[in-house]
Amino acid sequence: MTTRLPPLVLHLLAALACLVLLVLLTLVTDPFTNLRIATVGYYLIAVAGLALLTGFNGQVSLGHGAFMFIGAYTVALLVKRVPAFPIWVDLLLAVVAGGLAGLLAGAAAARLHGPYLAGATLALAVGLPAVAQRFPDLFAGSNGLSFTVNSQPAGLVGVVPATRWQAWIVWLAVLLALVVLVNLARGRLGRTLRAVRDDEVAASLAGVHVGRTKILAFLISSACGGLAGGLQAFLLGTAAPGSFTPALSLSLLAALVLGGLGSLWGALWGAIALVYFQVWTDDFAELLSLRSDIADNLPLALYGVVLIVIVLAFPAGIQGGVRKLWVRVRRPAPSQRGEK
Amino acid sequence: MTTFVNLTLGGLSSGAVYAALGLSLVIIYRATRVVNFAQPALALISSYLAYSVTKGTGSYWLGFVVAIVAGTLLGVIVERLIIRPLRHAGELSAIIATLGLLLLLQAVAGMIWSNEPHAFSYAFDFRGRFSPSDLFAVLAVIVAATGVLLLFKFTPLGLRLRATAFNPEVAKLLGVRVGVMLTVGWGLAAGVGSLAGLLATPPFIFPTVLDEVFVYALTAAVLGGLDNPLGTIVGGLVLGIGLSYVSGLLGPELVPLAALAILVAVLAVRPSGLFGRATARRV
Repeated sequence: MTTRLPPLVLHLLAALACLVLLVLLTLVTDPFTNLRIATVGYYLIAVAGLALLTGFNGQVSLGHGAFMFIGAYTVALLVKRVPAFPIWVDLLLAVVAGGLAGLLAGAAAARLHGPYLAGATLALAVGLPAVAQRFPDLFAGSNGLSFTVNSQPAGLVGVVPATRWQAWIVWLAVLLALVVLVNLARGRLGRTLRAVRDDEVAASLAGVHVGRTKILAFLISSACGGLAGGLQAFLLGTAAPGSFTPALSLSLLAALVLGGLGSLWGALWGAIALVYFQVWTDDFAELLSLRSDIADNLPLALYGVVLIVIVLAFPAGIQGGVRKLWVRVRRPAPSQRGEK
Repeated sequence: MTTFVNLTLGGLSSGAVYAALGLSLVIIYRATRVVNFAQPALALISSYLAYSVTKGTGSYWLGFVVAIVAGTLLGVIVERLIIRPLRHAGELSAIIATLGLLLLLQAVAGMIWSNEPHAFSYAFDFRGRFSPSDLFAVLAVIVAATGVLLLFKFTPLGLRLRATAFNPEVAKLLGVRVGVMLTVGWGLAAGVGSLAGLLATPPFIFPTVLDEVFVYALTAAVLGGLDNPLGTIVGGLVLGIGLSYVSGLLGPELVPLAALAILVAVLAVRPSGLFGRATARRV
């Protein structure tokens, strides 16, 4: 980088530019698309958190949806029980709740490797949503909690459509979280995470506390998961156990692998793919007027095929391809493009 | 007291199923150091084939045989097409590839047979305490597990399989056809997995029916130590009985959480499972 600005300022400026672009984008798109843009946003932060854990630190989590579950229910309960809190406090508390859960999970997981860790986190994804069924008085069972959030300032009600406003809030939160995440990943922590991933012995010889680093990775990525879940609840106005199946956890990992494990940019491509795969297959199924049995299962089938093909043929994912293109084009300026 | 006996017996038959599916994971893990997350989907497809055959011909046993054979073949195909090329690609790649296969096969099952549940029959009468069906499940798993263990211990093929699992390089030098052994291992495992699927699926079959069973099977295998077949069978039975108590005394919604709690508690003390070999792990 040629600029002399400190990275944090640079990232904040970039985030501001992204936000402006997004606001412009939502101004020209219909409410339906606004909702999709917001959906990309919360998936982005969930996948980015997972990128830190799995991509940077090498800990495979098949249970990341569980932290979204915690975030979503935190927001839902706070909106219902403590309506005096503004939404940003609710979201902050969703981050805290997700982080705390991640701290526990990380402490339990720090000694586990590969398949053992994958098994334990998968059990988390299957087991946790059952809590909602167990305590129906608090969590409203399998129907889940429904609520309305009045986050829009009085002056804007009627001026800005609700979904557009929600998309702004979601992306503001996501971009702020991303700034934090990018700074952590680019700095000392990122190097430590990668050192632990590549060789635990060498890392601990170099003075890295391996266990603590792994727990910290879990904490940060789960906090991102909590935020993602909280934003989802804010956007949809519901939190129900049915949205947090193991399939969600697996598709988060799938999105990460598809986007590219080693970088946070990969999380963006993965999140876009996660949302638009669904949209495209729906359109495609409608175009060919496929039976609903086939249409409903098409996204899942494609996901499966894509995962296998990527692992076999393109281990670096979409970001690997983008990077190759970038090297070929090679501009001196640092890559700061708006997202779609 | 009767409740206690009922819960124990009920837990025994579900535990046998966890043990069988866990065993199929262990056979593969021993041979290839891959946890086959697609195992429930392989078992699912063979169960659906059994459903179709049974529905078409009226014979449960014809469906049963078709399922086991088809499951074994599926295992062989998966090893050849997907696992073989990933041999040197690292742990995460194999996990992700088998997860991809899981999603794909579940979706294919949904496309062919629809996501709606279909009635799927038991082998025998399933009513009453420790019904003939429960007895059959336990016996079938005992027979299969004993067969597998005997095969590994006392046959030339078993010796080659063990040699391959223990050290593929040396085995190759000694003239073992390592590639064939890996394929055989996957076929064998998928066959046992299909048996578990047939026993676990009734009364209804739908694409995600084996997900929870798989988590318990994985828990059983992890409890037993992923490379210990006997430990896995013990782990499966103990887990089945333990979860049956939880379900009967505390409530069925708590079963997945209880499995998680058991898993975390055991792994916290022994990160390689109860009976896992204490491999010299770096760190």
